[in-house]
Amino acid sequence: MLAKRIIPCLDIKNGRTVKGINFLSLADAGDPVENAVRYSQSGADELVFLDITATVENRETLSQLVERIAESINIPFTVGGGIKSEADAYKLLSSGADKISINSMAVRKPDIISTFAERFGSQCVVTAVDVRRNESFPSSYEVYIDGGRTPTGIDALSWCKECQERGAGEILLTSMNADGTKAGFSCDITKKVSTNLSIPVIASGGAGTMEHFSDVFTFGFADAALAASVFHYHEIDIIELKRYLQKQGIAVRL
Amino acid sequence: MVAVIDYNAGNTRSVMNALSRLGVKAELTSDIDVIKSSDRMIFPGVGAASWAMDELKKRELIETIKEYQRPFLGICLGMQLMNSFSEEGNVDLLNITANKVRLFDKNVGVKIPHVGWNEVTFSSDPIFKNLREKEYFYFVHSYYVEYSENTIATCFYDNVTFSAGLRKDNFYGFQFHPEKSGEVGEKLLKNFLEVSL
Repeated sequence: MLAKRIIPCLDIKNGRTVKGINFLSLADAGDPVENAVRYSQSGADELVFLDITATVENRETLSQLVERIAESINIPFTVGGGIKSEADAYKLLSSGADKISINSMAVRKPDIISTFAERFGSQCVVTAVDVRRNESFPSSYEVYIDGGRTPTGIDALSWCKECQERGAGEILLTSMNADGTKAGFSCDITKKVSTNLSIPVIASGGAGTMEHFSDVFTFGFADAALAASVFHYHEIDIIELKRYLQKQGIAVRL
Repeated sequence: MVAVIDYNAGNTRSVMNALSRLGVKAELTSDIDVIKSSDRMIFPGVGAASWAMDELKKRELIETIKEYQRPFLGICLGMQLMNSFSEEGNVDLLNITANKVRLFDKNVGVKIPHVGWNEVTFSSDPIFKNLREKEYFYFVHSYYVEYSENTIATCFYDNVTFSAGLRKDNFYGFQFHPEKSGEVGEKLLKNFLEVSL
């Protein structure tokens, strides 16, 4: 059986891992390479790095960091944040990233998805989609960009379908309603997207307990689940989580 | 020295990184003399079959690969190219083994490409020494090599049991990415580097 994937996410600022404290300030949480190695040795199936500074000056720091990560870990990883051009994407992929993720830029210039897919292959292109509940949309969710600040007036499901048609290889779906709550993933929209698309869907936002992961795989039909704080703060151990999921009859890599 | 074939085909860097973690001397090359003098050849690949065959022709590498006498390892597209024919662009391949490369059927509810960690069952080939009978490896592909007498490892997806591993004489191939498959992948690469024929 194809295993359901568990994906820790690391936020990167100026080449360091950062963690939010009460959603207000950011604390330094160490060297991303050391964190990545630790995760890769403790059962993570894949890693996602999001560069939250994403300024022009930082592109060089980021690609050097990606090179060090690629030298050090032996599982696939995705890099996102501030990718605006083919040159940005090429730089990260040639530094050793397996996939790149694009978000606001894909909404502003949807052609970028097809351009990247043709140039680098669909398997490298993840579109990150941030959605917030809004009953006036057909799928009951609206797409937001700019780190969740800007509503787009676009329906979540129809945008995800368009991403697939334009050549995206995977969707990283974040529910803004669930994000940061630790009250569980938004299984409703995850299910809608996952069952209507033929590419894998990574569910993100809301992980608080092991049961939440089991729910998003069973009721949300997610192919993978991503979380940050529950792993950073050692609230959930990945191997324990996988043993729990296996007991629920969910295929995982152990 | 391990020759890693450079034909403009994607994931060569991750293969080079994996070899470097294993402390092995490797060279990324398309130089025929360097390849001929190597102890092992690794033939990686991400991309489309017909495009890859054109790149090999341009670099006049086809005969060099087919005539290679020492242990050879094709990874992902590299393994697919070892076969006779691919439905991806309906193109003739290297014909080291006589199998066909087919597109998954896209059955309802099955996601294509086949992305992620799936279970691989091994034969008793010495390359799998010190591994469990089944292990998870990382796959990313939409086409697969049909099951045949060359199959040394299998995987099941989209209602089909396909070749996750191939062998003919000194030619090995893996559909999954050992260089991205954690500790188990590293063990398998190490086994390839140590296999004696």
